[in-house]
Amino acid sequence: MTMPVTQCLLKLHEDHHNLEDYQGGVPRWCSGCGDNAILAAVQRLCRDEDLSPERTVFVSGIGCSSRFPHYMKTYGFHGIHGRAFPVAEGIKMARPDLTVFVNTGDGDCCSIGAGHWIHAIRYNMNMTVMLHDNHVYGLTKKQASPTSPIGFKSNTTPRGSYLNALNPLTVTLGVQNVSFVAQAVDWVPEVLYDIISAAYHHRGFSFVRIIQRCPEFLPKMFESWLADPQKTLLLTHANGLTLTPELSRTYKNQLAHDPSNIDRAREIASGEDPIPVGILYRNPEVPCYEDVRHAGQMRTPEHIRVGLEAELDRFTVWPKNAEPAQRAV
Amino acid sequence: MNETMTMAPAASAGRRPAPGASPNEAVTLAEHIVEVISDSGEGAQRCGQSLGVIAAKMGNGIWTTEIIPAEIQPPARSVAGASGIRIRMGSGKVTNGGDETDLVVAFNEQALLGRVHAGELKAGCTILLESMWRGHRDPKIVASYVETVELLHKGGFRVYEVPLEDACSKLVADSRRGKNMFVLGILCSIYSLDLDLARDQIAVTFGKKDAKVITVSQGLLDAGHAWAETNLDFKYRIPVVPVTEPLIVVNGNTALGLGVLASGMDICAMYPITPATSTSHYLSECFERIGGLVHQAEDEIAACAFAVGASYAGKCAVTITSGPGYSLKQEVIGLAIMAEIPLVVINVQRGGPSTGQPTKAEQSDLLASCFGSHGDAPKVVMAVSGIEDCFYAVITARKIAEIFNTVVVLLSDANLATAQQPFPRPQFTEDWLAPPVDQTPVPAGALPYDWDSITGIARRFVPGQPGGMHTLTGLAHDRASHVAYDPTTNEEGLRNRSLKLAALQKTLKTPSVFGDPEGDLLIVGWGSTRGAIEEAVARARVDGLKVSSLHLTFLQPMASGIREILHRFKRVMTIEMNWSDRSEDELIDEDNRRYSALALMLRSRFLVDIDCWSEARGQPIKPATICRVIREKLSS
Repeated sequence: MTMPVTQCLLKLHEDHHNLEDYQGGVPRWCSGCGDNAILAAVQRLCRDEDLSPERTVFVSGIGCSSRFPHYMKTYGFHGIHGRAFPVAEGIKMARPDLTVFVNTGDGDCCSIGAGHWIHAIRYNMNMTVMLHDNHVYGLTKKQASPTSPIGFKSNTTPRGSYLNALNPLTVTLGVQNVSFVAQAVDWVPEVLYDIISAAYHHRGFSFVRIIQRCPEFLPKMFESWLADPQKTLLLTHANGLTLTPELSRTYKNQLAHDPSNIDRAREIASGEDPIPVGILYRNPEVPCYEDVRHAGQMRTPEHIRVGLEAELDRFTVWPKNAEPAQRAV
Repeated sequence: MNETMTMAPAASAGRRPAPGASPNEAVTLAEHIVEVISDSGEGAQRCGQSLGVIAAKMGNGIWTTEIIPAEIQPPARSVAGASGIRIRMGSGKVTNGGDETDLVVAFNEQALLGRVHAGELKAGCTILLESMWRGHRDPKIVASYVETVELLHKGGFRVYEVPLEDACSKLVADSRRGKNMFVLGILCSIYSLDLDLARDQIAVTFGKKDAKVITVSQGLLDAGHAWAETNLDFKYRIPVVPVTEPLIVVNGNTALGLGVLASGMDICAMYPITPATSTSHYLSECFERIGGLVHQAEDEIAACAFAVGASYAGKCAVTITSGPGYSLKQEVIGLAIMAEIPLVVINVQRGGPSTGQPTKAEQSDLLASCFGSHGDAPKVVMAVSGIEDCFYAVITARKIAEIFNTVVVLLSDANLATAQQPFPRPQFTEDWLAPPVDQTPVPAGALPYDWDSITGIARRFVPGQPGGMHTLTGLAHDRASHVAYDPTTNEEGLRNRSLKLAALQKTLKTPSVFGDPEGDLLIVGWGSTRGAIEEAVARARVDGLKVSSLHLTFLQPMASGIREILHRFKRVMTIEMNWSDRSEDELIDEDNRRYSALALMLRSRFLVDIDCWSEARGQPIKPATICRVIREKLSS
């Protein structure tokens, strides 16, 4: 089939997407909430990658972060608390042709959904995961989360929280089949974009922990990090982040880190101050579960009929002398 | 099709050969119940399954029931370790496991005692008992054996001691693995079954193994047959109706698996749980060959959520579980109902609550299925009542789920899970299959929840459909799938999700009454008790009692016409395998009595004073027990 050049150009124009094509409703997050920065980066990524809105699905659980799909103009699945991963896995397994993103929070992923999180890493299905980690339950009004710093005073821990914070990076890096781990912070939007983009381009379970501010319930948590760029450690590498000269001038605290080195990645991941930002680990060789399971095969009614008849043959008792000659026992 | 043969138990005296009768003269029987009992791992079940298939091939009706100890490796020679199988063979169609056993083959006396104590053997039952224990080197075992045989004789049982070990050790190195085929030979002789068919069946059973295994097994079969011909003084024949159409012989869980294949579903997401798991074992073996897959999730919740994700993406999926797993899935089931995603949930019920009795049957998840999940979460609940039903019900469930964009819960139970009964080989039709995933553009202005004002049904938009982009949510939402908390919108959603059940209800046929359309007593049942209830009703009717029965496949919604049926009987009672308070308990009165699940549902819907009788003994209710209940009810 041939198409005149003008029509081709028209079609190109039609198919090309602008930022508005991904912008859903007006976000209802608090002003200054880190979620806004993540949304802006993701919408930019969709435009830059020219993702087809109808073939893109954002899956979330419950929490402030999980409102994310409502603000995208793609397909979205705002499910139940903690279960974003298995829903996303089911979608990807049924339809490997769809681009799947997961937006989850520190309560959603690291607390109620922690079991699914561990196994999602093992499955290594091709999806981009953003852990919106603000260290606190926001939607239910200030309770301690697994990533809250010890001593954090919240409505459920009025005398200060009792336990050391869970480190989502070291947990993820400890699971067999991990294939992509990165960390970003909401206050360096250029790097946030670069990291989400790298995650999107990695084929597998790309886990990005995004440290984000909650101006409502933890307003001063990251003040000193914002005030002092030295407290942010940028991980750079030819296979990782490459910084613009402007960024390099501001964030002088840099470390060359090869994302293929998992031992080093685990070491860096355990540091909390300065906060490491960049791609900690990437292994494109880990097989994706949907590939291992041959997801998305074409099935025709004839294909199913033949398979079913063969199965029925196994269990059939034939009348005397009526058994078909060609029967696979 | 629903006509059940009346199988009045033959008087046991009639089965004994007259003294001096030639062993070659077979006594004709209408039916017989046989058990093969052993320790776990001695192959009793394979022996019994083969016997069932051979009998079915000859044209007998059969129903096999597995006898499963609760432990994986119970101690050898223990009363609690009785493992085996029961085969009911009849001249006509057999719809349930029947009453007590007529003939049992036991590999040791302790496992046999387990069955005697359980009251499962008929008075005067014939026992073929492995005699090797009489010569055992451990004097305690010898003493136990001798004492038991004496007791059995005294108890009126007809005991034959059979040298299984001696005979088999001449033919195979490990006689523990060969006795079952020797016993199959004995049983073929006793029931005058065609030995060539038995040889063929062995070839099919061991088809995957090498030819040597088949030859050795056939040798054991022949030896067992020859032994019985020489040494036993009795023989039976159960008249057959020659098979004229191909029949499928599988258990309920395999039939469910075949149903999944035939329904066109692509994905089964599950987590291991007894007694549902063998369906997934079966599917894991064959599903991938036709492009489907079984996903063993990290837990029950994930299995359900995975299925919901797949369904949302356009491929209706199934999740299979049992009681505790069903409880765990409830929140996700609520999400599927709220967001209107099709989903099939199969619950092979076991004893509850909590871990309960994992290998035993109960019908105690009906209310959790109909009313579980928080909030108002209307869903369709169906129950299978036979093996054939297991196959077709999955196809129906998938269709309903996709037409109404809702959850369909399919209830089976541990009895049907392992019971075998032949049914006509299904004739495939493309109508069974799901339509291809809709990827056509959505018309401009169409909304993701454009509920029909009469039926409440809305067309669903699937990812990939241009113009259909929206965010599905478990929060209250309007037609555009926007989160909405205003009272009117909330009620609009509730109304439409509820209306869908009414729309389905209008399509349901009134279930037919078994027996006369009016009378003194109507028994209402659901699920696996169907065969036993109808057989009991048939027996009672032969005795002149005006009793009929009604069996429900759709528990939610319930078909029209049931109310009228209930009113045509003087009394109505349900018979169920679950708990209901017993009026003989001192504290129980009409103000506090807890009724069985179906009775409760029927009472609340139809305002009829419906009684119930139930037992929760973990095993199938026997037709004779139901007969007794019917008589008691009619004479009260």
